[in-house]
Amino acid sequence: MAYDKFNILKSSAVPMPIENVDTDQIIPARFLKATERKGFGDNLFRDWRYNADDTPKKDFVLNNPIYSGKILVAGKNFGSGSSREHAAWAIYDYGFRCVVSSFFADIFKGNSLNIGILPVTVSAEFLDKIFKAIEADPKTELEVNLPAQTITILATGEKESFDINGYKKNNLMNGYDDIDFLQSLKDDIQKVAASSIY
Amino acid sequence: MPSTLFDKVWDSHVVRHIADGPDVFFIDRHFIHEVTSPVAFLGLEQRGLKVMFPERTFATADHNTPTINQHLPVQDPLSANQLKALEQNAAKYGISHWGLGNPKNGIVHVVGPENGITLPGMTIVCGDSHTSTHGAFGCIAFGIGTSEVEMVLSSQCIMQPKPKKMRINVNGKLGKGILPKDVVLYIISKLTAAGATGYFVEYAGEVFENMSMEGRMTVCNMSIEMGARGGMIAPDETTFAYIKGKDKAPKGEAWDKALAYWKTLKTDADAKFDVEYNFEAKDIEPMITYGTNPGMGTGITQHIPVTTETGNSKASYEKSLNYMGFHEDDVLLGKKVDYVFIGSCTNGRIEDFRAFASIVKGRKKADNVTAWIVPGSHIVEQQIKDEGILDILTEAGFELRQPGCSACLAMNDDKIPAGKYAVSTSNRNFEGRQGPGARTMLASPLVAAAAAVTGVVTDPRELIA
Repeated sequence: MAYDKFNILKSSAVPMPIENVDTDQIIPARFLKATERKGFGDNLFRDWRYNADDTPKKDFVLNNPIYSGKILVAGKNFGSGSSREHAAWAIYDYGFRCVVSSFFADIFKGNSLNIGILPVTVSAEFLDKIFKAIEADPKTELEVNLPAQTITILATGEKESFDINGYKKNNLMNGYDDIDFLQSLKDDIQKVAASSIY
Repeated sequence: MPSTLFDKVWDSHVVRHIADGPDVFFIDRHFIHEVTSPVAFLGLEQRGLKVMFPERTFATADHNTPTINQHLPVQDPLSANQLKALEQNAAKYGISHWGLGNPKNGIVHVVGPENGITLPGMTIVCGDSHTSTHGAFGCIAFGIGTSEVEMVLSSQCIMQPKPKKMRINVNGKLGKGILPKDVVLYIISKLTAAGATGYFVEYAGEVFENMSMEGRMTVCNMSIEMGARGGMIAPDETTFAYIKGKDKAPKGEAWDKALAYWKTLKTDADAKFDVEYNFEAKDIEPMITYGTNPGMGTGITQHIPVTTETGNSKASYEKSLNYMGFHEDDVLLGKKVDYVFIGSCTNGRIEDFRAFASIVKGRKKADNVTAWIVPGSHIVEQQIKDEGILDILTEAGFELRQPGCSACLAMNDDKIPAGKYAVSTSNRNFEGRQGPGARTMLASPLVAAAAAVTGVVTDPRELIA
């Protein structure tokens, strides 16, 4: 599925200073029953966002109109647990293009990159600075510069570099996915298949 | 140069190294189920691509299936639609499909091994994080997202950076009443829920050498719960004996050839790991979790740790304990239990039901407990009947349900009600995992059985003759 190219994103951010946010929180299993990739954003953080009677929980950050933006900033070990790509779909569908944390679970990170969300890993100290900046001014903007691999708190100018491999960076900047590339390797793949005992 | 089991299997499956990028990684076996595959098939269709090797993919329905009245039409229209999509996609692309009602049907990570589809040295993926289960056979097996399911269907490869290597050694002999589930919950409690992120684990040492294949599957299954992509155990005589005679296992000359290869699948003596941990079997007691991630576990006789002992922030730790209705320093023994769930890809195999029955035998289900006893597959269900375990369960007031993932992720009707406490043999105690508001305590089949007959958290060693 095509996604928006990612280059430089300047946006306010939504703070979620909770650790170990697992993919069951991002999207509970009972909302995984679709056979198409549509509408998952409505159920993003469903049980934190809504009461059992579907009324919004006032104290949850997504229900607080002070906070908005295309960047989600979360505590360490974000996206642990289930491999459901639906978690990344829900985040994308809701309108986020970037998630910032001091630590990501592997599968979530891979899924995000595959669908056009940029996971940005920052130091625990820088994460804390971002939370403080948003606390001071909920409209404060972050700049995520993929070509330069930097993230900046624009109000203070504080900046940190982040890692991403060159292959995935190129994909995100150009909106490519892996399927076309893999199709071009079919002869090599046939050779490995033929050499396997299975 | 000496190399690890992981290196040997990984390196032999690399189609191409990408400079400053992931490896193009060849997949021997691909399992699919109804929840994470439909959008991948849709993608194939939109691109006009075919399935490159349909014979390398196996479909089974498990996540979304009812565990009673499986002979009737599935009532939830959305679930029924997903099951139908799987059946149609499998038929369209020529993929083997063990749907609801098929005698081979069951949880994907139970049916793969028990039918000899999973064999040593394979690379195995599935759109399910507990694919790590198959590492018990010396496989590199891990969960993938739906985009990657589409990649495997269309090219039998994914793009995967090679993880770092971790070895976890557990030496000595396990005490009475200590099961493989306790071993892995103990390891996760020591490493934390994120402690192995970025790594692939090899489990080694006397404890794993002496463990059955069912036990090894339980351990490898939960590797993901400490963040590891997967975990593996070198195949040995126990592995070969388990595989021999299985439906799709090699036979005759093919067996001899395979066996010769399987015997090469071990870590060389001087091979290096990026990190190594050593634990002692004597330090492990029956485990139980008290929080909302699998790293929040403790010995059943211990107190709930105080925040400062855990490395968590105060806010996150308090949020977790509040959800569970527990406090720092609480003792879990004697806490009232409302539900007991035995099953899942973690503990839904025959040994797990044997263990459960060993405590239940001659006792009665506690009146305050609702118990869901869910075999991992129809083959396990049959074993439960053949071995007389069903009679023991029935005598004690328990009912056996039909196979599926069930209350492990509560996608079907098997949901623990809000606020209720469940002792579960499954793999995740996340908020709402077993139903909105449900409070899960993860434990072994023996701890589950002890809770089921006493109605409270109980040390199973007190009930073992």
